Amino acid sequence: MLKTLGAQVKEYKKDSLLTPVFMILEVLFETIIPLMMASIIDDGVKKGDMRHIYLVGGCMVITALLGLLTGILGGKYGASASTGFAKNIRKAMYDNIQTFSFSNIDKFSTSGLVTRMTTDVTNLQNAYQMILRMCMRAPASLICAMAMAFYVNAKVASVYLIAVILLGIILFSIIKVTMNYFDKVFKRYDKLNESVQENVSAIRVVKAYAREEYEQEKFSTASNNIYKMFVKAESLIALNNPIMQFTVYSCILLISWLGANMIVGSAMTTGELTSLLAYCMNILMSLMMLSMVFVMITLSIASAERVTEVLNEKADICNPENPVMEVKDGSVVFDHVDFRYKKDAPDYALKGIDLSIRSGETIGIIGGTGSSKSSLVNLISRLYDVENGSVLVGGKDVREYDLEVLRNEVAVVLQKNVLFSGTILDNLRWGDKEATKEECIRACKLACADEFIQKLPNGYETYIEQGGTNVSGGQKQRICIARALLKKPKILILDDSTSAVDTATDAKIRKAFAEEIPGTTKIIIAQRISSVSGCDRIIVMEDGQVDGFDTHKNLIENNQIYREVYESQTGGGSGDFDEEGKE
Amino acid sequence: MAEKKFEKGKEKKGLMMPGKKIEHPGKLFVRLMKYVLKNYTFSSVVVVVCIIVSVLANVQGTMFIRSLIDDFIEPMLKTSKTDFGPLAHKILQIACFYLIGVAASYIYNRVMVNVTQGTLRNLRNDMFHKMELLPIRYFDTHSHGDIMSMYTNDIDTLRQMISQSIPQTINSAITIVSVFVCMVVLSIPLTVVTLLMVGISIFMTKKLAGLSGRYFAAQQRDIGSVNGFIEEMMSGQKVVKVFCHEEEAIEEFDKRNEKLFDSANNANKFANILMPINAQIGNVSYVLCAIVGGLMALKGGFSLTIGKLVSFLTFNKSFNMPINQISQQINAIVMALAGAERIFALLDEEPEADGGYVELVNAKESEDGTIIESQERTGLWAWKHFHQEDGTTTYRKLQGKVIFDHVDFGYNEDKIILHDIEMYAQPGQKIAFVGATGAGKTTITNLINRFYDIQDGKIRYDDINVNKIKKKDLRLSLGVVLQDTHLFTGTVADNIRYGKLDATDEEVIAAAKLANAHSFIKRLPNGYDTVLTGDGASLSQGQRQLLAIARAAIADPPALILDEATSSIDTRTERLVQEGMDRLMKGRTTFVIAHRLSTVRNSDCIMVLEDGRIIERGTHDELIDKQGKYYQLYTGKISNDLAG
Repeated sequence: MLKTLGAQVKEYKKDSLLTPVFMILEVLFETIIPLMMASIIDDGVKKGDMRHIYLVGGCMVITALLGLLTGILGGKYGASASTGFAKNIRKAMYDNIQTFSFSNIDKFSTSGLVTRMTTDVTNLQNAYQMILRMCMRAPASLICAMAMAFYVNAKVASVYLIAVILLGIILFSIIKVTMNYFDKVFKRYDKLNESVQENVSAIRVVKAYAREEYEQEKFSTASNNIYKMFVKAESLIALNNPIMQFTVYSCILLISWLGANMIVGSAMTTGELTSLLAYCMNILMSLMMLSMVFVMITLSIASAERVTEVLNEKADICNPENPVMEVKDGSVVFDHVDFRYKKDAPDYALKGIDLSIRSGETIGIIGGTGSSKSSLVNLISRLYDVENGSVLVGGKDVREYDLEVLRNEVAVVLQKNVLFSGTILDNLRWGDKEATKEECIRACKLACADEFIQKLPNGYETYIEQGGTNVSGGQKQRICIARALLKKPKILILDDSTSAVDTATDAKIRKAFAEEIPGTTKIIIAQRISSVSGCDRIIVMEDGQVDGFDTHKNLIENNQIYREVYESQTGGGSGDFDEEGKE
Repeated sequence: MAEKKFEKGKEKKGLMMPGKKIEHPGKLFVRLMKYVLKNYTFSSVVVVVCIIVSVLANVQGTMFIRSLIDDFIEPMLKTSKTDFGPLAHKILQIACFYLIGVAASYIYNRVMVNVTQGTLRNLRNDMFHKMELLPIRYFDTHSHGDIMSMYTNDIDTLRQMISQSIPQTINSAITIVSVFVCMVVLSIPLTVVTLLMVGISIFMTKKLAGLSGRYFAAQQRDIGSVNGFIEEMMSGQKVVKVFCHEEEAIEEFDKRNEKLFDSANNANKFANILMPINAQIGNVSYVLCAIVGGLMALKGGFSLTIGKLVSFLTFNKSFNMPINQISQQINAIVMALAGAERIFALLDEEPEADGGYVELVNAKESEDGTIIESQERTGLWAWKHFHQEDGTTTYRKLQGKVIFDHVDFGYNEDKIILHDIEMYAQPGQKIAFVGATGAGKTTITNLINRFYDIQDGKIRYDDINVNKIKKKDLRLSLGVVLQDTHLFTGTVADNIRYGKLDATDEEVIAAAKLANAHSFIKRLPNGYDTVLTGDGASLSQGQRQLLAIARAAIADPPALILDEATSSIDTRTERLVQEGMDRLMKGRTTFVIAHRLSTVRNSDCIMVLEDGRIIERGTHDELIDKQGKYYQLYTGKISNDLAG
């Protein structure tokens, strides 16, 4: 983990090294100051030597200025080192994610990736800054102050040593105990917030069943439990301050007593006594800082682990060594294909698939949810790799092609599709960067998207909000189809891509495909029989296997599943009442 | 889709506007303090007293160092008489004060835990209680993320503020005052010098804070930009892959990432510089005092002894620290107040109004056929209607008859979206709504159980104006199966029981059987005791719907509102859902937003909606004969200008 993260420091190595150096210098200057203070009192004030006061005072001001300079430099380098480190981590993660295959993405989930790249990186940035600045500073300050104290008076200073060791042990054991406990409390706390979340999204159910009071009671009980747990955990923490104070006070009193004895016995001066007291404060402050750093680091370990996981994830689909750069035609062959999403999954998503699709054919796929329709088509553009057997496109195994070449020739309109913030034209040009506006309009006409885009106030320049929230589901689907068409692919796959488009427009799109792009192999997954009944052949999927692959007419006669679906959907009339909304 | 969007887009309040100025920070702070004190008056007094005691113990310790040098060491040095008795006595005395101080410190730290956590618990409870009572409109106009962030982020900043910022500020303030008093007592001229340096320090802090504030704002903006981009790209990552768009995606990311680095670097730089500057100004202040004090002590005539000078120098150091702390804490408090403002805004929201007084009671039929109230559960329900004019109470049997009488409705007063809706449903009848998304189907059903109140006209339930019925009782008499199924964390049985909290296990199973859910529940690892989390994430869409039907079935209401799911579930489950729905509808007045032909065809009356008006109504056969809009929908021959 440290190695992976450490590799991201890169061009900020200099800054990362300079920060602790300057921090240590600052500490050194700061430790000299009490010594000078002692000198001012002992040799200046007491002896009535004003010159000495000016001299040492001057030195002190210079030291303070040096301290200021090093402090500022330390702050500056600390800032650039930590923010630069964060920048590099973000970039490294992002770049690595771009190489991820679908199964890599599935493993982390979208929201998981977002949290890792945002919150976790921020945590790491703070922790890194803390380590560079405080981790060096606090022990340095502790050691310096201790050394100076010993230099001033070894006998008295040994009091500090004992106090520091005792206090250190007590503080760290309190932190350790509570950290474990807090871990549990925060998990429960997350659960509480999850139940709030649940209530917010299900508010209509709560209200419809008039269960407000019931939910309130449920929440109060959970909230009271959390309260008790928090109080228990924090009661221990409440000991920190008093214990710290107790130690400081004991030291002050002991040193006063010892000091007084020694001064009277001429073994020490008054000035030395005051500087010893000053070092006492320094030592305890640095101890406090250390415990803070410790907590910070422990908290950020979880973040560091999550970030490292992403950085170390290896993409499981890569380009072959001598890739084939051309796809000959739009034929697709599945040859004894077995596939599952995870190597250790008990069930295969696809089992023993044998299919042969000719170039230019229009193929429909139908089947229930979980029958692996999407899994089947995702293998064609090598979004996932098969486990056994092979998938051939244009007569060659998909694993032999250059990925970009393959995916440009096999265009997939995904089921869960996304538009990006930007104008409609920007979105369309994802399909072809160089596409002229005329080409875009032609693709939109094919996908029946032109008709509504023209009616928008800004037409093709209309700005699509993040997530495409300002167009309806059906409109979004049509833009997505147009975007895929712009690739001019040899194979076009529509994965339930017209589910929100009304039946008439759906039919129009299919008609346009048949007339305008006859040479393209078209594979259409749909829920509606009407969407696939006109296809050359239809694949009926059931439980990860091909249950039938034939024309509409033959399937009606020979395939029981197909017939059932057909009857339940049509039963006399045709179509249903899902009509696309009007904007 | 469009309907939902319309609701959401109405008057979205910019809740989380970053950098928004708080209008009355003082008032807010007072209100927050009052909230804390409401339940923890005594504890708070104890805390303040203990803080004072612990500060004083600390200060008297510092004073002792002066006395140690002036009153004990110096005299002993001069007289060379070495009697340590008085010193031992003094040290013992100080030790006692210190012990009291330590005890006080423990007490305030410990009591503070209760005050903080207790206040947060009360706040959470109050927020949740209030939230449950708010009208649906509130949830339409506030994003779920914004609501959640009050429970997480805002509560967390308040925790910081109550548990640390406020006690520390009190601590610092008391320290400043007592140290200041001590300094004045020791030497007025030196105090002036110290104050001068503090002034410079505050001035520098303000200057730098202004500068860094600009960069922090920029940093906030750039973080938003990077995070927004990450969110968008991660959710579209599969599309990026499919279109081989990786390089472009990286290019844009690098641009934003670089920008964030710039602003974050500057913001952090200024924040980091502040500490050494203040620390060194403190040191210079120390030197100045040493020089001035030294001169004064040498010249004499200022009654400044060495001992006094030494302890003044200690005070000088402990004067600078709390002043820096206070300026830091004030920042934290202002940040927390922004959260407090949002939380109080929630607590100040008007709860859902309920002017109803007609109640739903258990009833039984007496021998002469009149309905009388019953104490135990009879299965027969009646509306208990108290008439104010003549002081009589009448009972009317719960039947499930619903009438819409010239109803107009709009989410905003000035934008009516349902016009003149007339509807009449006899007990047991099935009314289907069909029409395009956005035509107002869901809106109509939301009016029956008063999720929203109408602008004009009347809705009557069993011939009683729904405005007169207690909302709770009205809703209990209406079963609802919504399009998006929501389940709660808990067992499967708990989720079914949501419809009737005191249902027996047998009733739960019976409801599940009616809904066709029994067979799949039996196959779950723990059957009815299987725990569901994350909105029933382990179940399929179809199974969740079956549970929602069972939940409605167990409540056994006389009237139902069904929103048929359009989502794609496989044909077999769909058939189970359909059967369950049909069984549920049997014998109940049902309003169904229909997507399936069979549902529509079996309805007693079909309402065809367009643009918030009922444009056609009648049975299936009547409407087919009419060859109007319904006929078009049914035969799938929609002209394109209608669909676009």
